[in-house]
Amino acid sequence: MNGFFPAGFFTRNETLVALVILGFSCIATVSDPNFLSITTVSDILRASIVLGILAVAAMLVLISGGIDVSFTAVAVSAMYMTTTFTLAYWPEMPWPLIFLLSICLGGLLGAINGIFIAWLKLPTLIVTLGTLSVFRGFLLTFVGSQRISALPPDMRGFSRLMVARGTTEGGSFYALPLAFVALVFVILLTWFLLNHTMLGRSIYALGGSVESARRIGINVLRIQFFIYVYVGMLAGLAGIIHGSMSRMADPFSLVGQELSVIAAVVLGGARLVGGYGTLTGTLLGVALIVLVQNSLIVVGIPSTWQSVAIGLLILIGTGVPAWQAKKAAAEAA
Amino acid sequence: MTSNRKTSTWRQAPEFRLAIIAVVVFAFMGMLSPERFLSEQNLTSMAFQFPEFAILALAITLVMMTGGIDLSVVGIANLSAVVAALILTEFVGPDLPTQASLLWLGFALGASLLIGAVTGLLNGALVAFLGLPPILATLGAGLVFTGLAIALTGGSAVMGFPEVVAVIGNTQVLGLPTPLLIFILLAMALHLLMTRTAFGIRISMFGTNPLAALYAAVDVKDMLLKVYMLSGLFASVAGMVIMSRANSAKADYGSSYLLLSVLIAVLGGVNPYGGYGRVIGVVFAVLSMQFLSSGLNMLQVSNFARELIWGALLLFVMTTNTTFLNKFRLPLALHKK
Repeated sequence: MNGFFPAGFFTRNETLVALVILGFSCIATVSDPNFLSITTVSDILRASIVLGILAVAAMLVLISGGIDVSFTAVAVSAMYMTTTFTLAYWPEMPWPLIFLLSICLGGLLGAINGIFIAWLKLPTLIVTLGTLSVFRGFLLTFVGSQRISALPPDMRGFSRLMVARGTTEGGSFYALPLAFVALVFVILLTWFLLNHTMLGRSIYALGGSVESARRIGINVLRIQFFIYVYVGMLAGLAGIIHGSMSRMADPFSLVGQELSVIAAVVLGGARLVGGYGTLTGTLLGVALIVLVQNSLIVVGIPSTWQSVAIGLLILIGTGVPAWQAKKAAAEAA
Repeated sequence: MTSNRKTSTWRQAPEFRLAIIAVVVFAFMGMLSPERFLSEQNLTSMAFQFPEFAILALAITLVMMTGGIDLSVVGIANLSAVVAALILTEFVGPDLPTQASLLWLGFALGASLLIGAVTGLLNGALVAFLGLPPILATLGAGLVFTGLAIALTGGSAVMGFPEVVAVIGNTQVLGLPTPLLIFILLAMALHLLMTRTAFGIRISMFGTNPLAALYAAVDVKDMLLKVYMLSGLFASVAGMVIMSRANSAKADYGSSYLLLSVLIAVLGGVNPYGGYGRVIGVVFAVLSMQFLSSGLNMLQVSNFARELIWGALLLFVMTTNTTFLNKFRLPLALHKK
């Protein structure tokens, strides 16, 4: 197996998920030949933008050995607060500034998580469960609970900016919005961060063992704080993109999606105990979840079975590697 | 539990602080609007309201004692309620004579408990045999259970029960609302299980240090299976109470209860890393939450603001429990991380 394929290629989660995606696409193409088209691809890519950015954020937390369930609330809060602020004070604000504002607000909310987790050393699940309801409760109580469909003009303008658009020979329409570039940028930035900086190596080290990381001189407090601020910023970005693309600032959206995002990340091979996780795996996981959410019906499974399908995917996608690891451990003993 | 920890007296125990919080919240709300908060009507309606999520909190408490978490409780509750509801509507209908429908009710309850046990066992098997982290196992399984409930009902509510079904959720026995009675019985059973049986002690031991428990020849797999099965059973009981009170069953009832019951367990002093927790603490936590929630309701504070207050309360209690007051519990938490 050495040579062409990297070590452990056939037992990795990435391979497993890629095979499932391939299999799913084959079945879908057989049952509906139209499935294999640029329209489907652009639909899937478009649906992956927000989920993808959030998944990269969730992956970072998982690698560091924590778990964050509050990022959807951060995303929605940053988006909604930015929209209401813009509408009230500077409706003509250009979209890069609107995005920057949302990212900063996200980072600020992330810093609150960081204080509780890094400084007060509370368990990440409990803290983020708490901040999830605090952020959302604050937003709905003090900022507003109305859906705003009259967005600032530049946010609407952003949703019309396209990287590519066109019509296929069959007459169906496809388009890839500019927001996709944001996803690519986030992936590249995070890739660079994780693989080419000391900071990235420290995040992996933290996930391996906090105590060891501390002893080799890593400033655990600062790294953890950075992670949650960075995650908040990514969430702020994802939130504002979500708002722009759905052309509505809906304070009730996104929250409730956090577990499917985490599911996508875990499907891609990141482990809850920390220390493991790759961007390739995460993106494959996102692709699989989006594919299942959007195209289950093409394969002939009614959409009422969607939760069952995603739940089973999580169990299989995490169960098979766990079982393999157990078998390997038994053989080694 | 308290006798073997030299540094703690009963006054330092988190449960004691919680009892004070419960009393203070009750008194405060009573003073703010005495004629409404202290009215008999409000007190009974509170007693009818809280058992449904309080029972779920007991289920989560049990699992949390092992250092795990059960995110599928609401899914199990709804799946078992949907199955029971389908049995009741398919075979009984609203106009069967009482005796026959009582028989069917018994059958439906049995089926629901069976579903709770089987789904719980499934969770346990995923954790014990496959070695999946509890968060993932119960998250995935919970989605499957909810999905099955959606698939069985097509996503809509199942209605049209015989009248006897309302007995569980809406009547009083010996002056106590039936749901409250069920909760008291389950809480006492769980307390006895945790403190008076070898099984309960093994759970605490495993939660404190899994490796040590393994070396002490605890049959870990068997224990985990039983813990998750019991949690599933509790969840299906909660499902029955919810079904009876709503007089219908649906796949997404009580979706906010998951967060709420985790919150209650943690507020109640259960250590999310396992090993420490007392049922009495959870009871005080439930009471504080219910008093607060009812009182805020009367002061016309919105649901959203209540969400904010619960979250803030969770963070506040966690901070005080681990940082300022109970310094002796911190090393354990750090060690586990």
